[in-house]
Amino acid sequence: MIEIKNLNKTYKTKDRDIVALDGIDLEIHDGEIFGIIGLSGAGKSTLVRCINLLERPTSGDVVLDGRSLMSLSRRELLTVRRNIGMIFQSFNLFEQRSVLRNITYPLEIAGEKKSLSEVRARELLALVGLSEREKFYPAQLSGGQKQRVAIARALATRPKYLLCDEATSALDPNTTSQILSLLRDINRTLGVTIVIITHEMKVIDRICDRVAVIDRSRIAEVGAVSEIFAHPRSEIARELILPRSPLTEKKIGSRRLRIIFDGEESARPVLSQLILECQTPVNIMFADTKDIDGRAFGQIIVQLPEDENQAQRVVGWLNSNNMKYEEVGV
Amino acid sequence: MLSEMLAKLWQNGILQLGIWETLYMTLLSTLFAYIIGLPLGLLLVVTDSEGIRPIKWLNRTVGIIVNAFRSIPFIILMVAMLPVAKFVVGSSLGNRAMIVTLVIAAAPYVARMVESSIKEVDAGVIEAAKAMGTPAFTIVWKVLIPEAKPSLIIGSVISMVTVLGYSAMAGTIGGGGLGQIAITYGYQKYNDDIVWICVALTIIIVQIIQELGTALAHRTDKRIRK
Repeated sequence: MIEIKNLNKTYKTKDRDIVALDGIDLEIHDGEIFGIIGLSGAGKSTLVRCINLLERPTSGDVVLDGRSLMSLSRRELLTVRRNIGMIFQSFNLFEQRSVLRNITYPLEIAGEKKSLSEVRARELLALVGLSEREKFYPAQLSGGQKQRVAIARALATRPKYLLCDEATSALDPNTTSQILSLLRDINRTLGVTIVIITHEMKVIDRICDRVAVIDRSRIAEVGAVSEIFAHPRSEIARELILPRSPLTEKKIGSRRLRIIFDGEESARPVLSQLILECQTPVNIMFADTKDIDGRAFGQIIVQLPEDENQAQRVVGWLNSNNMKYEEVGV
Repeated sequence: MLSEMLAKLWQNGILQLGIWETLYMTLLSTLFAYIIGLPLGLLLVVTDSEGIRPIKWLNRTVGIIVNAFRSIPFIILMVAMLPVAKFVVGSSLGNRAMIVTLVIAAAPYVARMVESSIKEVDAGVIEAAKAMGTPAFTIVWKVLIPEAKPSLIIGSVISMVTVLGYSAMAGTIGGGGLGQIAITYGYQKYNDDIVWICVALTIIIVQIIQELGTALAHRTDKRIRK
């Protein structure tokens, strides 16, 4: 378990102090995929770097499996870091090392025998699906392939934890999806606890179990992803979850509802039923749902009819059908 | 067109000796300059405020010494360092003495070249190495130097060409090589053709060093898709 205790980080500049993290308390449980989401500049990158002390907190502590990291000597810290893998937005592979030698690097550092390192590296290459590429150099790989190599490298020393700093932000949607699937597989099959830093709600939504929403250096909200997604309490969480398309920004005057899909049977045509049974059209302003193992997840924002009675009928239908929804500010 | 003097120089093997002296002074001086300058350059990067082990006072001290030597024009530094040369090799004349002064002049230059090459290594890559639990010295050895290798090679070519230029100046105070031939047999005896022959030979040597160095850097650089 990773316990982050009253963590503060302040950067001193000539004329003023910049507070990057302000009293952060978090617990990350073993075996979960924990997301940390925030807008850029919120402090999430600093936070993840404080977990392995790449950035030294100004005060507070990080406790890893009961061990306080702040009290470790430099050498002890190096050993602890081998138990915390890390991947980055810009991949950060060694450009002058082949794919195989990138992956053997952490084992070389740990003093592992060359032959054993190579066996392990090939195992990992198979895991990330790049066995054919061991002699390639990073410059010869695509972004997605580079991130796969980075994942293999991060896992070489069999770490218990994996930190992902905007690991999919430089990738196209398709590749992002593949990398996220790979991370989920790694979490499930190897039991690696994963911490994901991102500014994209879809990344959280897709693979995280729990999420912390960070805003202006503080934690705004922590909880199960499904819970926060359905009932965001903080301003920032609403901002991150609700789409800000030009359409929804327009003031139309009538009421709008956000219908939340949280594991309903995906085969059921909810919206069609609503329209047919209520005998009234609704205007779909935004929709983002997906099917995971026959269950629907996501949200649809609909604009209710102007007529108050018709609108009430829709609300009534949603209530009687146990659909989760909430009114979205006009 | 060519003077008798030139033919004589060639027949007596003076010109060939000059080429050889220029080459070995350049190569040996560059080698020794790197033995001193490479660690200095690494020290400058590592102890920098943004470096992997910031040590402010050490960085400042080395920086000031390097700058001091770099700001003295070579022709003056050369004369000033003759006593040092005498102390090191027992004489203030000849090629061995010149190598000492060349190394003293080139080492700070090399330190700055090395520093700028190493600074090209992506900060993210260094961060990744740290995150994997790499000790500071191992980062230098296993990350900084290998990742900067192509740039270090290019830098060493530039340094070598600079040293070659310095070595010609050493010809004025008792060093050998093409510079000395150009001055003694060319400039002082009014044989322009000898000066020009020396110029041409120098250009050819520089070209060869440059081409070989660039090709080597290119070959070792894995960032280039082949």
